[in-house]
Amino acid sequence: MRRFEMIARSPVFVALFLSLAIAGCASKKNMPNSAGDLGLAGSAKPGSTQDFTVNVGDRIFFDVDSSVIRADAQQTLAKQAQWLQRYPNYAITVEGHADERGTREYNLALGQRRAAATRNYLASQGVPAARIKTLSYGNERPVAVCDSESCWSQNRRAITVLGGAGS
Amino acid sequence: MSIIGQPKEGPELMLKILRTLCAAFAMVIATLIVATLPAKAQLKLDITKGVVEPMPIAITDFLSGDQLGTNISNVIAADLERSGLFAPVDKGAFIEKISNPDAAPRFEDWKVINAQALVTGRVTKQGDGRLKAEFRLWDTFAGQQLDGQQFFTSPESWRRVAHIIADAIYEKLTGEKGYFDTRVVFVDESGTKEKRIKRLAIMDQDGANVRYLTNGKDLVLTPRFSPSRQEITYMSFEGGKPQIYLLQLETGQRELVGNFPGMTIAPRFSPDGQKVVMSLLQEDGSANVYTMDLRSRTTTRLTSTSAIDTGASYSPDGSQVVFESDRGGRPQIYKMGADGSNPQRISFGDGSYSTPVWSPRGDLIAFTKQSGGEFSIGVMKTDGSGERILTSGYHDEGPTWAPNGRVLMFFRLPPGSNSPKLSTVDLTGRNLRQIQTPNLASDPAWSPLLE
Repeated sequence: MRRFEMIARSPVFVALFLSLAIAGCASKKNMPNSAGDLGLAGSAKPGSTQDFTVNVGDRIFFDVDSSVIRADAQQTLAKQAQWLQRYPNYAITVEGHADERGTREYNLALGQRRAAATRNYLASQGVPAARIKTLSYGNERPVAVCDSESCWSQNRRAITVLGGAGS
Repeated sequence: MSIIGQPKEGPELMLKILRTLCAAFAMVIATLIVATLPAKAQLKLDITKGVVEPMPIAITDFLSGDQLGTNISNVIAADLERSGLFAPVDKGAFIEKISNPDAAPRFEDWKVINAQALVTGRVTKQGDGRLKAEFRLWDTFAGQQLDGQQFFTSPESWRRVAHIIADAIYEKLTGEKGYFDTRVVFVDESGTKEKRIKRLAIMDQDGANVRYLTNGKDLVLTPRFSPSRQEITYMSFEGGKPQIYLLQLETGQRELVGNFPGMTIAPRFSPDGQKVVMSLLQEDGSANVYTMDLRSRTTTRLTSTSAIDTGASYSPDGSQVVFESDRGGRPQIYKMGADGSNPQRISFGDGSYSTPVWSPRGDLIAFTKQSGGEFSIGVMKTDGSGERILTSGYHDEGPTWAPNGRVLMFFRLPPGSNSPKLSTVDLTGRNLRQIQTPNLASDPAWSPLLE
């Protein structure tokens, strides 16, 4: 997922990825929840949810048992904050998630802690905190399931989900 | 459902066998004790002393005009066998064919196949449509009846009668209450491994009679049984706002527990069933423990930290609460007064500890431990000493106690699959069994003994 996140920052690569996906050459297996699932990312209308997901990046990742906003995540959230201020009509829910290497109740709380840290960072970047709801799924919604860090690191995430009326 | 039990007459034999080490040895001991002891003790499996060899027991088909007698004896035998404390003798080895369960059996025929205990019985249909199930438990080496009872029930409750008889045998031979006439509420899992469909379900402790309580539309987690009523508390993501609910099992009536400003998770009843303890996830990312009194609807905050405090569980006398907290860094187990007073850390081993559950007997706390890339189920004394790991694997989580405090059920995932199944393990750690369920299953919670 991190690999994809890097790629996703570049519309050129997104377009390349999409053409590969359409040609059936790219396996979705290792890239769940990718922009490719979400429609024509490269031509996403500015201000649309696709625009946010693909051109800004809707998710950040965390270290094990941590809710610290990493340097790479700070960059993503700064871009998110800019975009969200430009399109102030979206309702925002930050979903916090945990990997499966923890117990259920703790992971629900950890997901909340990650969502709260993400909301606080967005607020520090100028998005009104009152505009942002938080929700934790704990380890209930993994994007990748395997028995190694390559999957778990994708699941330790916070996703900024847009709702309500777009501008 | 009403099941009426009555004791049947029969002399109580008093013979004590401390441990059944091997057949011949046991035979000698039994003979000696019969010869020398006054009628005080009885055939008894001492399950308090480490490794116990299972006691050989012959469970004959209950007499009936149909298959039912065999079905009942099979359920009894399976219950006793799964406990790890009994070894039902293969029916093919039986010499005597029981034709009159009211008469004394030919004890020699049972001693020679080393059945130390013998169960005989009969099931008959009454004029009013009910079933009458009778059983007798015999000590073959002493040549005495240990127990005899009869039960009346509706025909569809035949499995329950079998579990009740198995409990009676277990109690008579071990001196401890059984746990077979119980149910388990759990989360049934289907769908893809990334997006599971989760439904609340309930079943008998042996996996029979599965019934679904929710339809899978909303994500549901961590159901827990009331100790006093046919009621469960659980967490649901209904309406996009995850909160704690109560569900009456007999009426299907549901209600929200409290009206909190954030998500509530990890519910559990107090021992009197009048309170629910849970965690509130707060805006600042902390989680704190609250209780709600179900009658007065008042809520009380028990912990107040910026850490994650969750997984709270009452002591059986209601005076204390054990919970997990990462206030010291990694999740560890803490204990405090039921009013939140004097919290103190009790787990100090390597790794992290979570999901503490106080034993119904009050003597132990079960937990999930994460250490060295493995997840284990273990128990410790209530002061945190005497930690024992009962089972370990890639991912073993969420113990729940059988009402007699001797067996734990939990869920286990094989590596990288997100495919949980339920298992039980006893306090010796030597008797690990998977429970058959129709689909994947997690988050088990054991009921108290049924009324």
